[in-house]
Parts: sequence; structure tokens; C-alpha cells
Amino acid sequence: MTFSYYPGCTLKTKAKDLDRYGRKAAEALGVTLEELPDWQCCGGTFSMSKDEIASKLSAVRSLASAKDKGNDLVTLCSACHNVLKQTNDAMKNDPDFSAKANNYMKLDVPYNGETNVIHYLEMLRDKVGFDKIAEKVTNPLTGKKIAAYYGCLLLRPGKVMQMDNPENPTIIEDFIKAIGAEPVVYPYRNECCGGYVTMEDKALAKKKSNKVALSAAENGADMIITACPLCLYNLNKNADESDIPVYYFTELLAEALGVKD
Amino acid sequence: MQRIGVFVCWCGSNIAATVDVEAVSEALKSEPGVVFSTNYQYMCSEAGQNMIKDAIKEHNLTGVVICSCSPRMHEATFRKTVQGAGLNPYMVEIANIREQCSWIHKDKQTGTEKAIILGKAAIAKVHLNAPLTAGESPVVKRALVIGGGIAGIQTALDIAEAGFDVDIVETKPTIGGKMTQIDKTFPTLDCAACILTPKMVDCAQNEKIHIYSYSEVTAVKGFVGNFTVSIKKKARYVDTTKCTGCGVCTEKCPVKNVPNEFNLGMNNRRAIYIPFAQAVPKVATIDADYCNMLKNGKCGVCSKVCTAGAIDYKQQDEIIEERYGAIVAATGFNPIKLDNFDEFAYSQSKDVITSLEFERLTNAAGPTSGQLLRPSDGKHPHTIVFVQCVGSRDTSGCGKPYCSKICCMYTAKHAMLTREKYPDTDVYVFYIDVRTPGKNFDEFYRRAVEDYNVHYIKGMVGKVAPRADGTLDVQASDLISNEQLHISADLVVLAAAIEPDKSARPLATMLTASMDTNDFFTEAHAKLRPVESPTAGVFLSGTCQGPKDIPETVSQASAAAAKVIGLLCKDKLTCNPCVAHSDEMLCNGCSSCEKVCPYGAITYSDKEFRMPDRTTAIRRVAAVNEAVCQGCGACTVACPSGAMDLKGFSNKQIMAEVDAICK
Repeated sequence: MTFSYYPGCTLKTKAKDLDRYGRKAAEALGVTLEELPDWQCCGGTFSMSKDEIASKLSAVRSLASAKDKGNDLVTLCSACHNVLKQTNDAMKNDPDFSAKANNYMKLDVPYNGETNVIHYLEMLRDKVGFDKIAEKVTNPLTGKKIAAYYGCLLLRPGKVMQMDNPENPTIIEDFIKAIGAEPVVYPYRNECCGGYVTMEDKALAKKKSNKVALSAAENGADMIITACPLCLYNLNKNADESDIPVYYFTELLAEALGVKD
Repeated sequence: MQRIGVFVCWCGSNIAATVDVEAVSEALKSEPGVVFSTNYQYMCSEAGQNMIKDAIKEHNLTGVVICSCSPRMHEATFRKTVQGAGLNPYMVEIANIREQCSWIHKDKQTGTEKAIILGKAAIAKVHLNAPLTAGESPVVKRALVIGGGIAGIQTALDIAEAGFDVDIVETKPTIGGKMTQIDKTFPTLDCAACILTPKMVDCAQNEKIHIYSYSEVTAVKGFVGNFTVSIKKKARYVDTTKCTGCGVCTEKCPVKNVPNEFNLGMNNRRAIYIPFAQAVPKVATIDADYCNMLKNGKCGVCSKVCTAGAIDYKQQDEIIEERYGAIVAATGFNPIKLDNFDEFAYSQSKDVITSLEFERLTNAAGPTSGQLLRPSDGKHPHTIVFVQCVGSRDTSGCGKPYCSKICCMYTAKHAMLTREKYPDTDVYVFYIDVRTPGKNFDEFYRRAVEDYNVHYIKGMVGKVAPRADGTLDVQASDLISNEQLHISADLVVLAAAIEPDKSARPLATMLTASMDTNDFFTEAHAKLRPVESPTAGVFLSGTCQGPKDIPETVSQASAAAAKVIGLLCKDKLTCNPCVAHSDEMLCNGCSSCEKVCPYGAITYSDKEFRMPDRTTAIRRVAAVNEAVCQGCGACTVACPSGAMDLKGFSNKQIMAEVDAICK
């Protein structure tokens, strides 16, 4: 099983663990992740402004390059996934947007959203299969109570992301079961951690991330897992009323598969 | 050559603002056959109609063209007008220069040009019109009401009161509908059961009314005055003529874990059951999905305890056929499923309930005998949050775009009754708008706010988070104070949008009655014919036509009954003379027309023909039963040899119109 792989800037700097364990686990599962040779920054956030084309062009460039490779494009960082998926959707379904973007890009062949973008979790669920993962687990995390933290970018907007029910998701809970641990369902798992607001309103970011961390702890979780570097940062730095540890889900997957160093 | 008069209507400014009516009547004056042309402000008024009558007499008109609104609006009016002046009513043609012209164009020049073209087409057609005479068909003096809720009950009672036989077909084992589940009714707070159950009993006792409970309509044939309807009486495995409704079987049945739909699954019933004490008919029904005897042949307890010998495990579905003159759709509504609204944690917490569930929790005959207790732990809730518009006025695609209309009032009722009975309870209502148009409705809502201190907060709830301690963290915005609120609630009640019952769409197909995009039945005219379907002989009662509260439903139910009575009073109906006929000399016997006819009006038979060489030949040819044909024209399109034609809309007439437009 071979996929194109888009790591993104943060996974090369602050979130090296997310990337490193993701690759190791994939290898253990017999999945080949081919890093796109000429990927660029996704743009960081998906601009909601309809005529804002420039900030989305680098995402289009990566998507077009993945199209040339011919494989599904796997992403790992929630934010990158959100930007790539939304940009791809706009290229496919918004003729005005794709015409403008293609005009700027001057590609040999116009790009119209042909690449299929999937998140690493979707790859695990739909391509590998959680049952297959469970079979390959050598070091099950039995007895660990794990709270899945989705944040906002992974699931919304639901019509475009099409990963799971944004209000009552199950994909990470099913992942947790596959690695032998017990999922803890808590109401704030799909609420925002505060995101970039930590740059200008520390108090608000603290309020948001404390809400998440305390809710997970209140429901009996030993730890929180996430797919998003920014969520991890906020829950570590800003959730100061709770000391619940936060990990990338790939780290636990690598641990369960016995490939964590 | 016809002598044609043209009458151009201004329709006040409806037409005259975008169409130069003077120019239209002037231009049409020079069309062949036109001997008179004029325009007038309101052609449908008495003065306008007299103008037409006078012109017919003065100019010896043989045909009339009226350029006005849609023929759906006033064709009948103008046919009557010309008839009054001695002309055959089918010598009138309407050029629709309002809906199809003035209302859709902004530019007067374009509108005027188009109106002239439409007028020319009508003139070209009227040249080929021939006088038509309408036949008559008898009326079956019996009505069918589909749905036995308060709408169907009221319609049936009113029809029976006028002396006509009426049948009610209800899918559930009892009539009564949603109103049986309601505790009290706004704005007077009288008990729903006290006002409904006597009407249910009246239905059962009225010899003019026959109730087919636990039954469904499976096929409808025929047309106004003469429908043939197939009704499936579902097997209830109980002989209704023997069952006395004593209820012993429902106490002895060993299968105790069947979710009780009457209490919305909040408690259980047995596999053999009577929905509630006042059910009509009060007979038991076996739920085949749960009955051990029917599933694996092991049990038979109900049969043993039934002293009347009414249990019949071998009973089969039975299909009967009945004939009716009129059909009333009264299929009602259901609250929507809340799968798309997981932010309110309905599927995650037992203490998040719908308003209809709340209704059962406060009903003396409900699962808690009327005590307001939390479903999770049976404790009395001290803080209750009501959320309005859950799925109503929702343009995101998760819910319904329309206002469900009843929620503001029943929520005010719930809030008020809670504060009345449990003054130690804090009650919050989150709303987008409070909509209380209706007699004594706003006063009712104000009582909830002013006399009962219900906290009404303008804003929507974003999330309901179940906490580990059993409380519900309600996160909401207060739009007036521009604040985010967190309320720790014990119970959250969701005012779920209402939608038409799922049976409505297949029924509409059977009745060839039209529906809107939300599956509500469409009325023949939104303002002037609100209880009739565009399909003749089909009438609408209650929420199947749109969201309604009980007073409105009952009004509409009686209005539908009045329309049915008006129809059944007639011994004969005038048929539409614009029916199909087949030219036997052209018919090649292919059966194409027979296959497409939705009314079964076409039959084939072998007929002897004299051939040009004086021999005779037997050929298979089509014949149209004019009493059954509804003039839809499907056969004329299907006929490959051009033998089938529609009177009043012949192929030649249509082509003449097309030629006139394309000239």
C-alpha cells in the first residue's frame, strides 16, 4: 500500500514526534508513505474570503504535484489536512475559484481537484482497517483510559471534511480500541482549544484549553491524544488547571505496534 | 371564418405596469378573424364581463380571446361569461399575459412584444376551436379520510353529521393521533384527553362512520366522484369482533420488554397490547416482531387467557376494495429524528429529551404518572433548559427550512406548567424569535414570562455537555447582553421540528396529488383554495398540508369536510369535455396509448371495417371511455400514428399556436 505523504512545516520543526512516529507506525503496518518531493507550506489556515486566492496557491501546488504521483495524498497535521482538503474541494466544486487559481498557476495541465486527500486516521480506518491494526498490535495499551481530542479542524466543515459526524465522532475512539486501550468519551472533545488566539488573548486560550483538559480528566481519562500540533501546544501550555498528559496519536500507535524507540 | 373578439385585461397594474395593454389590443386588432379588440382595467369584474357579453351580441362573435391571468385563475369565470351571451363555453381561449409575461419581465417593451405573441397564439387556436359539450358522471356518496388524528376525526364527524357515509383509515391500532400523547392544550390549558376522547368515541358510535384501524391505503384508482381504493387491513392476530378489550392478555403476556411507542420508548409494553386505556377501537393487537408464538411457535399465553377466544395466530393481512366520491388526506406529522443535532447530546444523555417526551413525562397516564422526574435517575430536576427551533428555520441542511409553528406555544406551556407545579424549579427558554400569533397566544406567552418568571433568553444553545456529576452544561449565547452563558441544567428539552408523516409521499403518488419540497401536500390555491388538492376530489386536512396547532387543524378539518359535503351533495358531476378520442381509421392497434393512460380509460377491441376494395377486414382499434378520461393528453403524445387526439387541445390547435408564436 503506497500513498503520497504531506508532512507540513510544523512536523519538520515543533511536531517532529507526530511525523516520526507516524512514519514508523506506517512502516510497521506495511504502508509506504512517499513524501511529496516539492511540497510547500499549506498556507496555515484556510482563508474564508472567497476572493483570497494567493494564500491558497501553495496548497494547490502540493495537490497538483500529488496528482502527478497518482496516489491518494495522506496528511497528518489537522491544520494542514483542513487547508488541503478545503482547497481541494474549492478546486473541484467552485469553478470561479479554480479558474482563478489555474490562471495564476499556469500548470501544463489545469488542476481541478483530482487528488484524493485523506487524513492518516482515515488511512488507518478505511485503507488499513482498525481490525488489521488490532491484529498487528504487539504491545496493547490495555487498561489505559484515553481521551480522544478532535479539536475543530479535523472534522469541520463536516460537508467538506467528510471524516466523521462533527458533533459525535467515533474515529479516534475506534482507533483507541484498536490499540487495546479504553476510550473515554467526554463532551468537549470536539471543541476548539483556543488555536491561534493564544497569541493575542492568553486568558481566552487558557479558558478554552482548560475546559477541554478538565472535562477529559473529570470523565476519568489518564491521557489525551490528538492529531494537531497546535492543540497539543495549547493543552500543554495553556491548560494550567490540569496536568493530564497530551500525546500525538501516532506516538501511541508506534508504542502499541512495538516500534517506539 | 370565425368572428373573434379580443379582450386585454390590465389586472390593475399587475399586467399594465409591464405590458402596454393599449398596444396589445391595437396590434391584435389586425389579426385575421379579429373583428373587435379592446382593453379594460379588470376584465373579470362585472363591468368587464358585461363588456364581453355586449361585444359578443353586438359583433356576432363566434370566438373570444382573453389576454389576462392564468387560465387556472379565471378560465371558468370567462367560460361562464360567454355562455351567458349564448356562446359555447369552449369557444374561449385565455392568453396568460400575467404569470407567464408581466410578472416575469421587467422591461415594458419585451413584455408588450411577448403579450402580443401570446395573444396571436390564442387567436390562432380559437380559429380551430369547436363547441364542446360536457357529459356527466355519477357521484359515489361516500368519503374516505386517510389518517385518524384530530384532523381526520373532525373531518369524518362533520361529513357524517351531514348524513354521508365516511370511512377512516388509520395505520395505528387506534385513532386519536398525536393529540392522545399531549397532556394539556394551549392557550386554555384544558386536558387534551378530555376534549379528544369523546370525539374518538363519537366516531366509533356514529353509524355513518366506519373505522379501519391498523390499516393502510395501498392503491387508488378512478377520479373525482368515483375513486376505487384498496385498503390493507393488517393482521393484528386478534379477532376484533370478539375482543372485548378487557386487557387480561396484555397483563399476562410474558414478553415485557417491548419499547412502548405511546410513551416514546420511555417505558415498555407487552407483545400483545392496547396502546392506551381510551383507545378506539379498544381491542388488542399482537406485535409480530416480538410475539414468541408468531416468531417461534412457543407460548400461546394470550390465547389461553382470552375468555372471548379472540386470539387468532393464523390471521393474515386482508385487502378490501371500496368506492368513494371524495378522499381526504389527514396523514399528520412527526417530530424529526435528532441524528443531525448531536451537539445537544440527545443520543448521549437520557436527560436530554424532546418536547413530546416531556409531554409524556408530565402526563398522568405517562411513564412517571405525571411526576416530572429525570429519566436518568428518577430525581426531580431543579433547572430545566428548553431549546427552541431544533431543526426548524434551519438553512444549513441539517433540519427543515420552515418554522414548525407550534413550538413557541407548547414550550411556553411546558415552562409555565413546570413553574406552576414545581415553583422551586428554574426554567430557561432559549429562542431565536418568540412567535405567538393567534387568539390569546401572546397573552399566554407573556404570562409565562411575567407571572411565572420563566427566563426567556434570546440566543441559541451551541452545546449541551453531559458532566460526570450528572448535570448538563448548557453552553449558549445571550444575544441581548452579548454574553456567553453556561447553565448547569438537570434536564434539557429540545423543541424538535415537525415533518410530514412518511406515509404522505407514497400516498401523494397514489392520489396523483402534488407535494412541496418538504413533502407537505400542496393546496389548489394558497389563499383561495387552501383545503383542496389540485387533484379534483382530493382534500387536505391538518398538518399534512403544513405545520398547524390544534385549533387551526380543527378549523381546516371542518373546512375540508364542508368541501367534501359540497361534492357529495351533487348527484352528478359535469365531466371535462376536453377528453381524448381515437380516429379508428388511423389507429394501428399498437397499444401505446393504453400503456401510458394513468386512468385506465382506453380499451382495445376488434372491429370490422369496410375496405376501399369493398372487402371487409377486422382490425384491433383503441376506444376511449370518455367518462373515465381526464384529458391529460399522455396518449396523444404516445400515439405513433396520430390517431389519438384531445378535444379542445388537438394536435392541429397546438401546432397552430406554435406556428403563430414562431412567425
